[in-house]
Amino acid sequence: MNFDLTEEQEMLQQSLGSLLENEMPINRLREVFDGDTGDDPDLWKSLAELGVAGLAIGDTYGGAGLEILDLAVAAETLGYHCAPSPFLGHVLAAVAIEAGGSEEQKKKWLPGLATGDQIGTIALAEAEGRWQPEEWKLAASNTISGVKDFVPSGRLSTLMVVGLEDGQLGVVETRSDGVTLEEVDGADRSRRMDLVTFADAPCELLANGKEAALRLRNVGLVLCAADAFGGSQRLLEMSVEYAKTREQFGVTIGHFQAMKHQLANMALDVEPNRGLYWFSAYAQDHEPGEADRVASIAKAHITDRFMQVARDAVEAHGGLGFTWECDVQMWFKRAMFDRAFLGTPSQHRSRSADLASW
Amino acid sequence: MDLSYGSEMEDFRDEVSSFVESNWPIKSVEGEEEISFERQASMFRERAIEKGYLYRSIPQKYGGSEQDADVIKAQIIREEFSRKWAPAEARGIGTMMLVPTLLEKGEEWQKDRFVRPTITGELTWCQGYSEPGSGSDLASLKTRGELQGDEWVINGQKIWTSGAHMADYMFCLVRTEPEASKHAGISYLLLDMKQPGIDVRPLRMMTGSSDFNEVFLNDARTPKDWIVGKRGEGWTVSRTTLKHERNSIGGAQQTRSALAGLVKLAQESELNGRPAIENAEIRQRLSVLEGYVKAHQYSGYRQLTQDAKGGDAGIINMMMKLFSTEIGHQVSGIAMDLLEEEGLLSAGNSELGSRSSSSQGWIAQYMYSLGIAIAGGTANVQRNVIAERGLGLPRDAAANRSPGK
Repeated sequence: MNFDLTEEQEMLQQSLGSLLENEMPINRLREVFDGDTGDDPDLWKSLAELGVAGLAIGDTYGGAGLEILDLAVAAETLGYHCAPSPFLGHVLAAVAIEAGGSEEQKKKWLPGLATGDQIGTIALAEAEGRWQPEEWKLAASNTISGVKDFVPSGRLSTLMVVGLEDGQLGVVETRSDGVTLEEVDGADRSRRMDLVTFADAPCELLANGKEAALRLRNVGLVLCAADAFGGSQRLLEMSVEYAKTREQFGVTIGHFQAMKHQLANMALDVEPNRGLYWFSAYAQDHEPGEADRVASIAKAHITDRFMQVARDAVEAHGGLGFTWECDVQMWFKRAMFDRAFLGTPSQHRSRSADLASW
Repeated sequence: MDLSYGSEMEDFRDEVSSFVESNWPIKSVEGEEEISFERQASMFRERAIEKGYLYRSIPQKYGGSEQDADVIKAQIIREEFSRKWAPAEARGIGTMMLVPTLLEKGEEWQKDRFVRPTITGELTWCQGYSEPGSGSDLASLKTRGELQGDEWVINGQKIWTSGAHMADYMFCLVRTEPEASKHAGISYLLLDMKQPGIDVRPLRMMTGSSDFNEVFLNDARTPKDWIVGKRGEGWTVSRTTLKHERNSIGGAQQTRSALAGLVKLAQESELNGRPAIENAEIRQRLSVLEGYVKAHQYSGYRQLTQDAKGGDAGIINMMMKLFSTEIGHQVSGIAMDLLEEEGLLSAGNSELGSRSSSSQGWIAQYMYSLGIAIAGGTANVQRNVIAERGLGLPRDAAANRSPGK
């Protein structure tokens, strides 16, 4: 029994962490967060050079051939830094194509995604919160027409994996005729989203799309959970730091037991989730019997705790915490994304209860 | 990451499993009188010690099986024993607290005399730490010990003393150096409970039963050499922690079985004429709870892994008690809702640890979950520890004044 990250995974986390510290320090993050596109193309280039774009893509297609746990470790670090990047949609598109593409389809798309020259994303949500493969209604065909909402980094993408009726998946090149994108006024400005309208847009169905859609969902849930773990860890650290520097009544506020207990409770909402996100990611490759349930449990639990930690972090920062100027708000909105993307905690709790045959 | 135990350990598991299979329960010889459960348990334990499965950290000369520390083997033994409901180590406070302390800090004669009968259950102990005025601030304790000739003469009062009414001996903290500073004035003494200077009065708990007591010491006596460590070292001695095969997953297993018990209760109870488990709100609450239970479980895996490789799982080690306490509150809270009008009943005669799913068992659990939050460091003290030692926030000003932290 060795329930721990490997040295390689720790190294990935460290090198990704220091890359983000250098290239996305908080003042730069604020510029991007407040900027027009919510993106920094140079950062994506650096991430791609580090191999993040092709982390879980097979080495035959130019990727690093690693596992979902490695993706999750990267997601944790990106969440910790609130990093603006097309990572989430990109790696999910790659996971879907790898799991569901024919050999020919994989050869066609994966090498470009592995280098990061092509940017992928996923278009899943339909009206009334239909995120799940069982709920998609968009008609599957060589050309598709309809609407997908909340597509992350849609305008940065070159291709999108689209959820279709009967739980199928298709690939649409973003710049084809018949695809229009309109930015969603999303809260999380580190991960912008688009409303995508397809009007007879050319679409190529993935050979084993149905199976791939289930894996895509699970991995998406796991990556939200990992991002949330990293983000909540950062908010805890920011709040502790603030309590050690902010003075009132002649002492730092960290002297007061009320603050200590609030921060201890926040820590209790963060640290125990590390092992849960690890296992939920590990299960996707090694524990198929548990993969579905634990993905939903981890997503529901950890994103819910992230949201709570974010609320506590605002409070811990006092009046400042409620301002746009305070960095906490960026992670607060990251938490809103992680919580609602791919379905809310209560939806995933219902799913995990159903899967348990309770 | 690798969640298997490895082939060597799986072989070990097979060995333990077949040992339990063929030794538990102890079969009576046909035609002879049936062996009592207690007798079976002690026969089984003897065999398990011989195989090296129980009391692994205790030297053979004191009745243990003297094995190298191996948290994975210890975990496998726990799993295989509990799978067949076989008796594990006797879990009295003497075995859990005193024996490790004696092994680390005791005199040779003390180990000789006390360890073996304690682990076999012949000798039972109680712990004399808390006093009416010294709870979280334990080091402020006032019970006095004075050396008169060859004996310590002890006066004062201990409280919340579990099992004092049945114990043969007490290990206790007593102020023997009144001139010394707070922490440096305390000694760790052993004491015979069956003597005229000791008066044990039961305290009735809110559940209605009486597990703990007040202990009044009026010129209670104990020999001069029944001290563990030197005079004034009692505080340090009481904080002895051995590098043991810490039962890190044990707590998580308990919360998992509590969840399983709760799901069963929901399946067997009705709400509005339908099984409660079909109720959307109940399903949500059980699922919320499961998030915590899973987080607890995998935190236990992390601890086990770090213990096995001599690493440090970090701040999570300080959180496990508080975390499981809070899970316990959630479990019993949901149970009370499932009981509906039966939540009007008393806790009955249910004992702690009974796995009864009867209403009164759950009601007792609802109350006991508060006792667990208080015993061994209240939830708020746990929060202080997490904040100060874990997050590095300033120590409490009042605690700072006391020396010998």
